[in-house]
Amino acid sequence: MASEKWPEAGKRSLIGKRVTRLDGAVKSTGRAKYTYDVNRKGMLHGKLVFSPHAHAKIVSIDTSAAEKMPGVKAVQLMIEPGKEVLWQGQEILALAAETEEQARDAARAVKIRFEKLPHFVADAPPEKAGQHQTALAEQVTGNPDQGFKEAEVTSEGTYGCPVITHCCLEAHGQVAEWEGDTLRVWASTQNVSGISGELVDGLKAGGVEVPASNVQILTPVMGGGFGSKFGADTWGVACAQLAKKAGRPVKMMLERDHELMAAGARPSIYARVRVGAKKDGTLTAWSSESWGTGGIGPAGNPNLPYVFTRIPNRRSRHTRVETNTGPARAWRAPNHPQMCLITMSALEDLAAQLPMDPLDFFLKNLPFVIPERAETYRQELVKGAELMEWKKKWHSRGDKTPGPIKRGLGLSIHTWGGGGHSSNCNCTIRPDGSVEVFLGSQDLGTGTRTVIAMVAAETLGLPVSAVKVNIGDSKFPPSGASGGSTTVGGVSASTRRATTRALNELLAKVAPALGVTPDKLEAACGTIRVAGDPTKAIAWHQACAKLGTAAITASGQRAPRGPDELISSGVGGIQMAEVAVDVETGVVKIEKLVAVQDCGLVINPKTAESQIYGAMIMGVGYALYEEKLMDETTGRCLNPDMEFYKLAGIGDVGNMVVHFMTGPGYDERGVIGLGEPPVISPGAAISNAVANAIGARVPTIPLTPDKVLAALEKVPRSALNDSSLRSEQEGGAA
Amino acid sequence: MNVFEYANPTTTKEAAGLLAAQWGEAEILAGGTDLLSLMKNYVATPKRVVSLRGIKELSGITSSASGLRIGAMVTLQELHDHKAVHDDYHSLAHAAGSVPSPQIRNLGTVGGDLCQRPRCWYFRNGFGLLAKDEKGQPLVPAGDNRYHAIFGHPGGSPGAYYVHPSSLAPALITFGARVKVAGPKGEREIPLASFFATPKREGERENVLMPNEIVTEIILAAASKGMLTATYEVRQKEALDWPLATASVALRMSGDKVKSARIVLGHVAPVPWPAHEAEKLLAGQTITEDSAAKAGEAAVRGAKALSGNKYKVQLARVAVKRALLEAAAHGKEGMQHG
Ligand SMILES: Cc1cc2nc3c(=O)[nH]c(=O)nc-3n(C[C@H](O)[C@H](O)[C@H](O)COP(=O)(O)OP(=O)(O)OC[C@H]3O[C@@H](n4cnc5c(N)ncnc54)[C@H](O)[C@@H]3O)c2cc1C
Repeated sequence: MASEKWPEAGKRSLIGKRVTRLDGAVKSTGRAKYTYDVNRKGMLHGKLVFSPHAHAKIVSIDTSAAEKMPGVKAVQLMIEPGKEVLWQGQEILALAAETEEQARDAARAVKIRFEKLPHFVADAPPEKAGQHQTALAEQVTGNPDQGFKEAEVTSEGTYGCPVITHCCLEAHGQVAEWEGDTLRVWASTQNVSGISGELVDGLKAGGVEVPASNVQILTPVMGGGFGSKFGADTWGVACAQLAKKAGRPVKMMLERDHELMAAGARPSIYARVRVGAKKDGTLTAWSSESWGTGGIGPAGNPNLPYVFTRIPNRRSRHTRVETNTGPARAWRAPNHPQMCLITMSALEDLAAQLPMDPLDFFLKNLPFVIPERAETYRQELVKGAELMEWKKKWHSRGDKTPGPIKRGLGLSIHTWGGGGHSSNCNCTIRPDGSVEVFLGSQDLGTGTRTVIAMVAAETLGLPVSAVKVNIGDSKFPPSGASGGSTTVGGVSASTRRATTRALNELLAKVAPALGVTPDKLEAACGTIRVAGDPTKAIAWHQACAKLGTAAITASGQRAPRGPDELISSGVGGIQMAEVAVDVETGVVKIEKLVAVQDCGLVINPKTAESQIYGAMIMGVGYALYEEKLMDETTGRCLNPDMEFYKLAGIGDVGNMVVHFMTGPGYDERGVIGLGEPPVISPGAAISNAVANAIGARVPTIPLTPDKVLAALEKVPRSALNDSSLRSEQEGGAA
Repeated sequence: MNVFEYANPTTTKEAAGLLAAQWGEAEILAGGTDLLSLMKNYVATPKRVVSLRGIKELSGITSSASGLRIGAMVTLQELHDHKAVHDDYHSLAHAAGSVPSPQIRNLGTVGGDLCQRPRCWYFRNGFGLLAKDEKGQPLVPAGDNRYHAIFGHPGGSPGAYYVHPSSLAPALITFGARVKVAGPKGEREIPLASFFATPKREGERENVLMPNEIVTEIILAAASKGMLTATYEVRQKEALDWPLATASVALRMSGDKVKSARIVLGHVAPVPWPAHEAEKLLAGQTITEDSAAKAGEAAVRGAKALSGNKYKVQLARVAVKRALLEAAAHGKEGMQHG
């Protein structure tokens, strides 16, 4: 009998091998059909009309002109006149027309009268936020006052990062099609098995009753979600309503400007921090006052300090500021990049003040991280230092190399859960030897499909190409939403169990032919064979032929609740950054990024590495460029486009090095998710590297030239050994 | 994008006849890299779009003893790759090659680069070129002006605060370029330095063209021997981004001394911004770290930073210094080469 336990290191045929993602070629050649690419017969195009104002009362909505426009087939109100809109981009109505252009023209022909109301869109500190704030309870542990008294060195600073957005390559949206009372929806979603309930409720509220069993969600491939695509969304419901009214399929994808205004924001964070340590670097106390906004509604729940959660004496308080801007959504590792930036910046500033190499300082203070991770971090810091040549390159604050280009190193530490979401898998083995697995899960672009195929093929002793993976359909056995880096844990556990059970049924059928009991058999190298005696083997196809006409179907689950021996939760990672800063222009360039990460048993190192590369690229984006900019006078977003909402390009990301902690001590923990952790540290590591290069902290990211130059004004020329540097007093102008 | 009529004339004369006497009713389409986004965002809502694609006389670069003639429909990539441009008008080739993305360089044209509309986010978000709120107050000085002008703006009063987006214009002006313009009444020629204008009222444009005039070509006098040129652009990103400040310089030399200098800044004012004080300062000087830094200093004297763009003063200062040093370095290379 085959065991469902993961095979030991020497016995893995596929797990741990670099397998190229199965959908790479179809995606890169444009043959993959994303929701955006779905075109149904007779399909109409939907457009949303949204509020141009940050806060207004809707006096009236007149759609009569729009309804008479050529091609218009259906109009759906999403908010009633008399109600208030609370942010620019809030949906007011949707309509559908024969062509996208007609829909857009009709949307502009809708006449809405607004009564403008006062708005508040500033990413402001509590003292300037008036009634738009809620202070959360203060958290105190130990005796902070005493802790600061014991401190021989204290450091104080203000740090922060603004609101950013998700910028999924594929916008939010869906195609909805009714066939009688059955609804089929192609959706760009992270939650194939989960969004039908929300659709059903939304439709019911609008007077259309449809049982959830009549709703099918399809997401064969999708173009990124990063936490912003868990729900059906108001536009999903409206799209289905339009399709119902028009009696025709409707495609409605968000336009990029709307996407940036309304489809998800990551809350900002700012904090005034004080930290204290003994002269030898041992931390004694932490105190922080933080605040931030996630737009409309309460958002942001940081716990400070981060990772070093066991600093003996701590005090922290967070204030949420509410603004008239689009609501927050989970953004890849919610809260963590913000908490990480604040904590690691404050600690690095303290290390600089001691002074102490931050590498030694972080190593010294590992007793204050959760005990289960301390040794992992130690090994990772040592490995990272080797890959970065830290000890050779590191200098104390302020690069004294002559000339305007100053280099610096920074590091950061992060943590994440992982675990596995609920997941069901069915595996079918047919008499002709073909194998299929079915899961109501989704591949956000992470490589989930490939990993499922690898687990199934590993179990059955087959090549990856012999397994057909069916995902992205809510008619398949349900799996959880892809959030919290829980997909790989969920699907690998359910797939392993389903395929093991199916195999055991097959072994029972084959055993008589090989003259042994099933427990003596194993599946390997495309055969069923007697374990330890490869000469007694029968080819996979012949083995399956013994099934006669009856296929095998077996199902497997990730244990619905609690622990599961195939997977676990809790990872640590470290990242190091090397930057080059032009101190005359304030331009920061990334030279090198090193990521050292543990995530238990790595199924596919190649796609796992891609996750880290992608995360680091995303990290460079928010460290150097990204910011959702709101205009206080007009209440509008100034950069709802990909021109001034800036993202990193290939020339901006530097040289990236990834190392996984694997082998004994790591592999036996089982599979752990990875999507989120590597995006947590880049902001902090890069900010620390810039501080190290220029000899001053740039308090907030993104590290744009204006802020870098402002920070440099406080640095004496001698600290950087540079005569070309000038402060404004010396420089004259402005 | 609104519905529009598309006209595809084959002569400049015909094209000029298809344009309207009022701004906004008809728009010229060259490469479309800017016009299309303006139309998609309803910032431009022409009833008629007049394509210049079919007009042969607007294409091509001709090099002769008297200089260069660059057709308005020459693409940025063609300009960059042209041998005479590369050899004799180095700073121009560099400016053209630095416009981001092969796609934009292969579609965007010289005429389009000079006539493209400002990227000011208030303008692009529908608040008008002079960007005012409902009460007529200017939005830029009170708002987010990190990418706006540090020269040539009205300092808090209503008016133009955007920066001119063209990267080619500063380089072209240092060479004394002239533009040829065709309209219903025939042709005229204007020095590029006086082509750009700062609008006083909403509805006016950023240059002296009449609504029914077309830029047909750029004329460059023959490059003078031993002229040293360079363009330095401060860019934060490598990928798809705008410069924060640029400087183009052209130095006529006498031995290792500057006989006369032309210095024009880009992306710092509603028009390409000449640095006359810096030009004067350099006459008779050799280019050294020190003289270049002093010229940079002189170039930003009189800058008026807004609430959020003081850093651009420093960037302009450095751009001038580095452009001068780069030009001087070309001189040294040239001498080494023989
Ligand atoms: C992200 C991004 C970054 C960019 N960075 C830079 C940069 O660094 N430097 C830079 O210079 N540019 C930059 N550009 C802009 C690009 O260079 C311009 O869009 C392009 O040069 C416009 O040329 P076109 O032929 O496509 O013009 P079109 O889009 O066809 O026209 C632009 C405007 O000029 C008018 N026009 C065009 N031709 C003529 C003519 N012959 N006579 C009269 N009017 C005319 C049109 O009516 C229209 O109003 C950038 C663009 C983007 C999107």
